[in-house]
Amino acid sequence: MSYHRNWQRAWRSPDPKKEYDVVIIGGGGHGLATAYYLATQCGITNVAVLEKGWLGGGNTGRNTTIVRSNYLLDASAGIYEHAVKLWEGLSQELNYNVMFSQRGLLHLAHSVHDMQEIGRRGNAIYLNGIDSEFLTPQQVKEMLPIINLNCRYPVMGGLLQKRGGTARHDAVAWGYARGADAAGVDIIQNCEVTGVRVENNKVIGVDTSRGYIGARKVGSVAAGHSSVIAEMAGFKLPLECYPLQALVSEPVKPIIDCVVMSNGIHVYVSQSDKGELVVGSGSDAYNSYTQRGSFDLIEHTVGPLCELFPLFSRLRMLRQWAGIVDVTVDRSPILSKSPVENLFFNCGWGTGGFKATPGSGHAFAHSIANGEMNHIAAPFSIDRFNSGALIDEGAAAAVAH
Amino acid sequence: MFIINCPYCGERDQTEFTCHGEAHIARPKETENLTDEQWGEYIFFRTNPKGMHYERWVHAHGCRRWFNALRNTATDEIFATYEVGAPKPPAPEKHS
Ligand SMILES: Cc1cc2nc3c(=O)[nH]c(=O)nc-3n(C[C@H](O)[C@H](O)[C@H](O)COP(=O)(O)OP(=O)(O)OC[C@H]3O[C@@H](n4cnc5c(N)ncnc54)[C@H](O)[C@@H]3O)c2cc1C
Ligand SMILES: [Zn+2]
Repeated sequence: MSYHRNWQRAWRSPDPKKEYDVVIIGGGGHGLATAYYLATQCGITNVAVLEKGWLGGGNTGRNTTIVRSNYLLDASAGIYEHAVKLWEGLSQELNYNVMFSQRGLLHLAHSVHDMQEIGRRGNAIYLNGIDSEFLTPQQVKEMLPIINLNCRYPVMGGLLQKRGGTARHDAVAWGYARGADAAGVDIIQNCEVTGVRVENNKVIGVDTSRGYIGARKVGSVAAGHSSVIAEMAGFKLPLECYPLQALVSEPVKPIIDCVVMSNGIHVYVSQSDKGELVVGSGSDAYNSYTQRGSFDLIEHTVGPLCELFPLFSRLRMLRQWAGIVDVTVDRSPILSKSPVENLFFNCGWGTGGFKATPGSGHAFAHSIANGEMNHIAAPFSIDRFNSGALIDEGAAAAVAH
Repeated sequence: MFIINCPYCGERDQTEFTCHGEAHIARPKETENLTDEQWGEYIFFRTNPKGMHYERWVHAHGCRRWFNALRNTATDEIFATYEVGAPKPPAPEKHS
């Protein structure tokens, strides 16, 4: 026994080379997945992932890990279901336990409007070939004996995606990192991109805290800092950034075995394998890069939570934190070419991109490799904000998780 | 969460206010001649800076009047609040 010392390194820590075929900015799940699929499926192994902090230290390591694909619109179904199918084989693919748990995801409906919304969306999901079931209040109670159906927010029904659930956020970053590294990708942490060099409207490399690094193509996967990267390259993105927060309780015995979400009262909760309740809160409604979040939002979250589950009122909350989410006006992501040639953006996942990690990385890798967005990514082009072909999921689900 | 100095009411808790994004975006003239790119730029594209941000606020649970603010989005520190129509106050030189 070595008491958890002497673990082997899961990935190398190389010095940056002078030039790469592809430089990925951002070592979150999406950036690492992109690098992994570039190296393992697209034959491009001369790749670097540049991360200003540590792997998964952005939103990947700060999210409430809800995975689902029950979105209203066809383009969304395309990319989120692509992701869920990849999640279903991911631990095997990476030989790394990402603890993907298809424990079921239950949306609650509290009003006539909510019932109409889940009715419309539930049928659209079903027609897209994705699992989706309506539950009566009694069936909700059977799944969740601790729920108070007749509270201030009466439960009138539910929409269940049985294949939805949770995954272990850090493991996703680490699994992709290890797999990418083994395929030849250089993962370089503590390396902040400080400038994007453009010549004749073509990207040629990036300035970093570890010097200049040349690149034939650059993929920016920087989530909350995407606008900052775009500014370095001389253009704006249709994004605004807000702090989004979450909190966890002290650990208790198993009490909730699915994920519960309520768009109407903006609560979502699941229980981690350690026994903590993982509770998602709202985002501050003003632009900010301060990674903390406001106290008033916690109150707005915990109030309805205790209404729905009165016994939670006795629990102590242990930790609270926030991430910076990059939000588009249609609440759909951006996977796109940019005004600068060979500079690609994957961002705008806002409050709900963890679930898409494998699908996003996979689609983005193939798109970067071919120089054109593939059929899954194509609808998510930046151009939609000029053409008007928005993918308006914001209207479909008040909470985009 | 922070304190905002409403130009009309004085210092109040931020929860009394709602924020409406980047300020000083003028609606383009001769809109019938705009291209899709110009419309997109006006409606959707934002500077979204990590740093000094000129932005619009409404004192929704107070005097209900609109005003502008200059705030550092990296720290949430507010440097000025001023009336709509007033010129942009200069940003302090060092701010992050
Ligand atoms: C509180 C909270 C709860 C959430 N809950 C859910 C949920 O339940 N389900 C869900 O699907 N989604 C959820 N999300 C959203 C989800 O976390 C994100 O959409 C997703 O993790 C984005 O992954 P990413 O890899 O694109 O970004 P990140 O993990 O943020 O990675 C971007 C990386 O880029 C790095 N970077 C930035 N600038 C630079 C630079 N200049 N140079 C080098 N590196 C740079 C950052 O350090 C960061 O590590 C939640 C988010 C938050 C904050
Ligand atoms: Zn006022």
